[in-house]
Amino acid sequence: MTKASDLAPSYDLVVIGGGPAGLAAAALAARAGLTTVLFDENPGVGGQIYRAITFSPVKDRAVLGEDYWAGAELAAEAKASGALIVTGATVWSLDPTRLVGVSIAGQARLIEAKRVIIATGSLERPFPVPGWTLPGVMSAGGAQTVLKAQGLVPNGKTVLAGGGPLMWLLAAQILRAGGKIDAVLDTTPRKNWLRALAHLPDFVLSPYFAKGLKLLREVRAKVRVIRVDRLEAVGDDKLREVVFGKGDNERRMPADLLLLHQGVVPNVNLALAAGVAHAWNERQLCFEPVLDEDFNSSVPGISVAGDGAGIAGGTAAAERGRIAAIAAVRALKPEASVPDLQIVRQKLQREAMGRAFLDWLNRPADSFRQPEGDTIVCRCEEVTARQVRDTADLGCEGPNQMKAFLRCGMGPCQGRLCGLTVTELIAAQRGTTPAEVGYYRLHRRAQPVIANLRR
Amino acid sequence: MAASDFDVAVVGGGLVGVATAWGLAREGCRVVVLDEGDRAVRASRGNFALVWVQSKGLGLPEYAGWTIRSSNAWGGFAQTLKEETGLDVAFQRPGGFHLALSGKELEARANILKRLHNQPGIVDYKTEIMDRSQVAKMLPDIGPEVVGGSFCPLDGHVNSLRLFRTLHTAIKARGVTYLPSHRVETITKEGGEFRLATAQGEIRAGKVALAAGNANMRLAPMVGLEAPMKPERGQIVVTERLRPFLNHPVVTLRQTDEGTVMIGDSKEESIDPAGLTLGVSATEAERAVRLFPLLANVNVVRTWSAIRVMTQDGFPIYDESETHPGAFTICCHSGVTLAANHALTVAPMIARGALDTSLVAPFSARRFHVQATG
Amino acid sequence: MFKRLAETGAAVAITVDGRQIAARAGDTVAAALIAAGIDHCRTTPVSGAPRAPYCLMGVCFECLVTVDGVGSRQGCLVPVRDGMAVETQTGKREAGR
Repeated sequence: MTKASDLAPSYDLVVIGGGPAGLAAAALAARAGLTTVLFDENPGVGGQIYRAITFSPVKDRAVLGEDYWAGAELAAEAKASGALIVTGATVWSLDPTRLVGVSIAGQARLIEAKRVIIATGSLERPFPVPGWTLPGVMSAGGAQTVLKAQGLVPNGKTVLAGGGPLMWLLAAQILRAGGKIDAVLDTTPRKNWLRALAHLPDFVLSPYFAKGLKLLREVRAKVRVIRVDRLEAVGDDKLREVVFGKGDNERRMPADLLLLHQGVVPNVNLALAAGVAHAWNERQLCFEPVLDEDFNSSVPGISVAGDGAGIAGGTAAAERGRIAAIAAVRALKPEASVPDLQIVRQKLQREAMGRAFLDWLNRPADSFRQPEGDTIVCRCEEVTARQVRDTADLGCEGPNQMKAFLRCGMGPCQGRLCGLTVTELIAAQRGTTPAEVGYYRLHRRAQPVIANLRR
Repeated sequence: MAASDFDVAVVGGGLVGVATAWGLAREGCRVVVLDEGDRAVRASRGNFALVWVQSKGLGLPEYAGWTIRSSNAWGGFAQTLKEETGLDVAFQRPGGFHLALSGKELEARANILKRLHNQPGIVDYKTEIMDRSQVAKMLPDIGPEVVGGSFCPLDGHVNSLRLFRTLHTAIKARGVTYLPSHRVETITKEGGEFRLATAQGEIRAGKVALAAGNANMRLAPMVGLEAPMKPERGQIVVTERLRPFLNHPVVTLRQTDEGTVMIGDSKEESIDPAGLTLGVSATEAERAVRLFPLLANVNVVRTWSAIRVMTQDGFPIYDESETHPGAFTICCHSGVTLAANHALTVAPMIARGALDTSLVAPFSARRFHVQATG
Repeated sequence: MFKRLAETGAAVAITVDGRQIAARAGDTVAAALIAAGIDHCRTTPVSGAPRAPYCLMGVCFECLVTVDGVGSRQGCLVPVRDGMAVETQTGKREAGR
């Protein structure tokens, strides 16, 4: 286990995040001869999609599916490449001079980097429904993590709600593992099909089509799928039932586990803290970094690869990581031999096929992105949708003033679970666009402890 | 005299601007507040929230009296705001400390206080030097290196972000027009009224009060006044919420009503508001842990930097224009401490059309031109 | 709520609020709490509302617990160890622990 004191004071390349993009980037750069370190805060590499790939207790490969096990090769490549892979390492600071603040087992170090690749991936889009903070409500990704990493499977009164490929994949994985699902509540608006239709041809030609269809069939054969346009988690100190409906119909279903998912969005916090410029993506309804074709950001020497560069999936992530690493190698060691960039770009291009269809089809409904009333928006500071909307009416035009007035975004998660909601609520309430409204201004995240800030 | 849209245009929607606007609305004025946008550099969002008396006035003794006046009015001010809005700004005046980590520091502190209180015309405001055991009675968790400090019973603090929100809520309820994203480009006086040009159109008002912080330096000359400012950056470290352990604010370390601990007091020449240097945070954190060792393993939730509004000599500037009657400047570093004065004393002066020189004459920017004799 | 698949690892003994919990090698503290069917791992410092792990990937900070006397540890990032003492965090953390 690498200790903080084992780290060198500087590296050619620091890769932040050990998912597919980070692993591919670190492997390529190290093999090309750059001194490379990869930091991931989890106990093992793989990020989210390949969570626990090196130690998953789920031995039956059919449960998680072959797409998951493909990650083992990436992990092995990175390990063999000569890059220093450090798990249990939290990067809590990155500034435009590429000074990296990292904390391992409570010890903090400041590391200099000639190049940085931010590969911190994506996180699930917030899904603020009434009662979503109750114990018993989790994100679908969270349930998938404990399945992959600890072999835990829901076996009680379980309801899945939302939409998007990950939700269906998780449903299939749970069923294959012998778990129980009482219902899948599909929140995908029917009208999405109209917009998505234009992109259907590309989708049909892509690998997503066959896989997706198979998955849907697999789940629908075993579980009730109910279309809903509203949804609420109800209980006193913990979840007791899920109330849902469509139009005038309303139903209640007893539940002890509600798994929510409505897509993933780039995890922008570290890049924003480093000063990377971002822009609003209207198709995917999220902010993403502004990057060139090598994934360089607006900050010299800092690039963003993987889903953090914009949602494109795990396979695309690895190719993006490679492109960013090639750029780093060319900048620092132009004489080194690297894989053919054109071939990597072609592979990346192939991964893009079919995504437009998926994006338009799975766009969450406004009502699930822009809550009302007492629904909690900022979980950390317990700020409600009504408070945010009322404060927008006071003349509060943007999320930073909103943060000052209501404390939303000030808690430990630093806006990861409320940022998009707050921006969208302000835009909705004031009749403008998220692009106009902007996002939280962020500095560093929660860590390290004060003692470690001292030199 | 043209019928202006408003009686007073307040330029600046920070604590100074909204406190003044509230006071003006109470006096029956029709008020508009012109503010910048969401990303504006705002001292109101980046301050230490102290309502502080101790060591004010070295170099200008009248400032001590002005500060004490505000400190004494603060409780009533907070109460009034609570009655109007239902929001509690959590004002407390338990007395506050400067702490010393060495005999030398303590001696230097004592010397400052001595010089302060030797000034002719100074109001005696009871700051005492305490030794370690006296400090420990009030601050049981101080670290072994703390040798003593100075304590002033008039020092206090408030939840300044809540104050900011409360004042905005209060002015809205009183019918003040608040216009964000209305940065004032130019101000002219024509036909007996002030015309303020913004990117979103022109605003007309009978009077104008400049409360735009460091930007007053740009705006004041437009109305025949001056406001020499010297912005400086400060950085703050904020911890997670903790159970209450610190009952008295220390000038560089305080526990908020929410439980978080704020650590600060750097002074830097850079005026890049987005910049944060780890070295500065490190120095502040170092001192904090020496003062209160139990903070060593507490998580830092965020660190931020802000640009202090600072006049050339650190003392407020209150002026009314002779060339443009009806134009006023209000500049100060201590927008939180002086909020009560701005709301309850300065605003009525502006409403009446003239500053009360018996109270604020020493704060005119004319002082920057006074030649030293001899 | 959750059951363990047959294939999980060697037993690890931890306590949660003084009670012995059967965890497994490879568990994070948060996963162990979930596997043991423990409803909530903390109450919030704002309102005292009960909360449980939500994202399990280190971004939501709901899984904050006290581990071996040190407060506000993210349970989903801490691997279990024999003899580990976990405590639910009630409200605000106490400075000094």
